[in-house]
Amino acid sequence: MAKRIDVSGLTAYYGSHMAIEDISMTVEPRSVTAFIGPSGCGKSTFLRTLNRMHEVTPGGRVEGKVLLDDENLYGSGVDPVSVRRTIGMVFQRPNPFPTMSIFDNVAAGLRLNGSYRKNELSDVVEKSLKGANLWNEVKDRLNKPGSGLSGGQQQRLCIARAIAVEPQVLLMDEPCSALDPISTLAIEDLVGELKERFTIVIVTHNMQQAARVSDRTAFFNLSAVGQPGKLIELDDTERIFANPSVQATEDYISGRFG
Amino acid sequence: MDIKPTSPTSPPPQDQPPLAVDKAGSTGTAARPGDRIFLAFSRGSGIALLVVMAAIAIFLTVRATRALTKNEGSFLTTFEWAANGAHPNFGIAVLLYGTVVSAVIAMVIAVPVAIGIALFISHYAPRPLASTIGYLIDLLAAVPSIVYGLWGALFLVPHLEGLYKWFDDYLGWTGIFEYNDGTPRSLFTIGILLAIMILPTVTSVSREVFLQVPKMHEEAALALGATRWEVIRMSVLPFGRSGIISASMLGLGRALGETMAVATVLSTSFDIQPSLLDSGGGTIAQNIASGFKEATDVEGSVGRDALIASGLVLFVLTLIVNGAARMIIARRKEYSGANA
Repeated sequence: MAKRIDVSGLTAYYGSHMAIEDISMTVEPRSVTAFIGPSGCGKSTFLRTLNRMHEVTPGGRVEGKVLLDDENLYGSGVDPVSVRRTIGMVFQRPNPFPTMSIFDNVAAGLRLNGSYRKNELSDVVEKSLKGANLWNEVKDRLNKPGSGLSGGQQQRLCIARAIAVEPQVLLMDEPCSALDPISTLAIEDLVGELKERFTIVIVTHNMQQAARVSDRTAFFNLSAVGQPGKLIELDDTERIFANPSVQATEDYISGRFG
Repeated sequence: MDIKPTSPTSPPPQDQPPLAVDKAGSTGTAARPGDRIFLAFSRGSGIALLVVMAAIAIFLTVRATRALTKNEGSFLTTFEWAANGAHPNFGIAVLLYGTVVSAVIAMVIAVPVAIGIALFISHYAPRPLASTIGYLIDLLAAVPSIVYGLWGALFLVPHLEGLYKWFDDYLGWTGIFEYNDGTPRSLFTIGILLAIMILPTVTSVSREVFLQVPKMHEEAALALGATRWEVIRMSVLPFGRSGIISASMLGLGRALGETMAVATVLSTSFDIQPSLLDSGGGTIAQNIASGFKEATDVEGSVGRDALIASGLVLFVLTLIVNGAARMIIARRKEYSGANA
């Protein structure tokens, strides 16, 4: 189920612009790793290199290695489509398929992966919606459009959609930035439950959130605008927030930056 | 006579407009001159449109009634168009059949191809190629229909015989694809020609819709491990669905009303051919264009009125088609991308 991510010497470009430079880190299975850092420091870009979504952007390309257990995602024979089937992603803004029902949204990934029998499909949909703590709210309206839900519900629907295919890793790109505090809390609780089953990487601008949900925290920064972002420090979350070993990290988390 | 003293404080009747303006201002309506001019202009345009539509509808109805009351045949079932003279005998059936069938053939051919081109431009082709193709497609829309007609008559018709023989060999058993040798100036040829004519319209509108699909919907599909085609199937086509329907309706409107190209190519006759490939038939617009010169309305003749009656049928047909399209779009409104 959950696999280890091993990144070494990863550099990502947008055209000729280097967005992140020479990042190496390890993410343990069944743990939550939070990425924090100022806007534009490349944490989202880095996250998107982990499931090869970065190269979808025109001009996007990557150098370096990302090992999922022992398989290099950027190996020559690797199909990015199959990478994305094993590494799920949740986006900043909830993006359920607007033309699909709640049921079809959750089933979308399964249907891509192959044929499922009808009752098998509804079992997985129910399990995924329960896993995303959404089942009780939507079980009576599975055939209604997913876009009719509230923002927080939509985001949990997107999480259900992502976990329905049983990915090895779940990437979350600021999943709460468009949500109110109560919905945010619901997602944070969910992250705590999901880490029993998945390796989770979450990008957040909210440092309390990073402190609440993550086991490990990575701090990214860039030396100046236009310079590539770099990984400054990766450590246990408690240490990062209590006693970081790099001065820049302490400045950032205590608000003394810029 | 009681003459009031004209004091500056007493409000003369001319003060009504400013008062009205105050009132309008307080309800949030336009009060500044620019706003008022624009409001008047846009409201006037809206009214003008309604007036023109009503004028056309009334004109068509009045003149059509005159013809229909004098018709000695049945307007719905007579296979004949002899409206000039003392004993007018005419029916719409052949023309309506020809109009609908040629337009449907055009749609069946053009819409899938147009969607394919639009997707190629919006999602597959590298940018320089995409803009070149887009430009060429828009250029096609600017070709006058008589030019299409000439090309159809002098180039397309002679080159279709081989295709029609092939159809006859393999699909002749269906009856509608039977081909008895002869110059194929038939409804199917018209359908092909109309398909080429409506292709640019359907393509351009579809392409614009496909380009507007929010990136986050496409990324949602990509992140689930969708291939490019699956991204198109899961997010682009469903999002563009109502746009494709609108685009098709614009094309259908042109196909139903096309006159010169049809009149140039079609070999007309007042009967319904069982096969789509055999020459014959006619369309409403073509019949009006071809018949208007000889038609008279002197001395009680209803030649022109009869043609106008057929025009009314075309008008109503277009209204029905557009209404149906709107219903299809509205029925699945909650599933459209609009509330995302």
